[in-house]
Amino acid sequence: MSVMKRVSMMFRAKTNKVLDRMEDPRETLDYSYQTQLELLQKVRRGVADVATSRKRVELQMNQLQQSSDKLDRQARDALSVGREDLARDALTRKAGLQSQLNELNTQYTTLQGEEERLTGASQRLQAKVESFRTKKETIKATYTAAEAQTRINEAFTGISEEMGDVGLAIQRAEDKTEQMRARAGALDELMASGAIDDMISGPRDDIQLELDRMGASHDVDAELARLKGELGQGSAPRQIEASAASADGAAPGTAAREVRAEEDGQAAPAPPPAQPQAGDGT
Amino acid sequence: MIVRILGEGQLHVDDSAAHELNELDVKLEAAVERNDESSFRPVLDELLARVRAIGRPVEPAALEPSELILPGEGATMEDVRKLLAGDGLIPG
Repeated sequence: MSVMKRVSMMFRAKTNKVLDRMEDPRETLDYSYQTQLELLQKVRRGVADVATSRKRVELQMNQLQQSSDKLDRQARDALSVGREDLARDALTRKAGLQSQLNELNTQYTTLQGEEERLTGASQRLQAKVESFRTKKETIKATYTAAEAQTRINEAFTGISEEMGDVGLAIQRAEDKTEQMRARAGALDELMASGAIDDMISGPRDDIQLELDRMGASHDVDAELARLKGELGQGSAPRQIEASAASADGAAPGTAAREVRAEEDGQAAPAPPPAQPQAGDGT
Repeated sequence: MIVRILGEGQLHVDDSAAHELNELDVKLEAAVERNDESSFRPVLDELLARVRAIGRPVEPAALEPSELILPGEGATMEDVRKLLAGDGLIPG
């Protein structure tokens, strides 16, 4: 027999089972209405739960995106000071984050879909429950117990199919949010423990430390060059410097080059100083 | 006739479409019987697409049972088996 027909028969069989249990059909109308209201509450809670999970994933995505942007900036900074090794390191970490982000994005889409689905289910059920309530009052007011039976069966069959459908939708959404919750919880724990931070930027953000150190030494170089420039221009200071330099047995320009060479030795291949140096011939 | 797509609601479908839908349904059933998930999915998708294309939504307040009920979008064969076993369909 056809799948569509069999599924509809399964729904009908369930409904009939409930109808068979009813003794006074009119009394059970109220009971059924109560069940419908409870289900409506449940589906609304379901919508809220899915929305909460979705927001949590959204928050995690924002955090990871910020970290990813930071790594991107670090890669640029590193390249601008000629440190391709650091830039590569930052981009490798960024790629790791990106795969986490992609997974979160899939979760987000799934939850969004469930939320829409449940919201629709909630609206449809609400319309039918409202319609059932009106019908129930009419049936109670107008018909004797015996007469009411057929009409109650009709109304009940109509709504119980919807209830079955909504019940399945809630079940499905619960399963999905449960899976997502478990994953989100694991990710939150990783973030809280600093493990993700370490993955993103290394212990104590080593890339940033290196960039800061290089930035600082770059500033010092510039400052040094400026000072040397100033000293090299004034006549009085030149005498002082000249006497100091002759005491050391070296000319001022040579002294500057020595300082520079010493710095370069420490900080790998640094770029040439931005300002022309006195005595550099540039 | 009224056809329900689980998770989407009910649609009025012209009786003249019954034959066409039935042909697809036969394929769907065959896939379930052969336990053939790879042909189950496209047939279900086609069936859903056809019903959506030719159906008109039933007004939400209507209290009418459906003649045919289709598994929802993304349903697996396992889901269909559970549906046919009828477990936990109707709360209360």
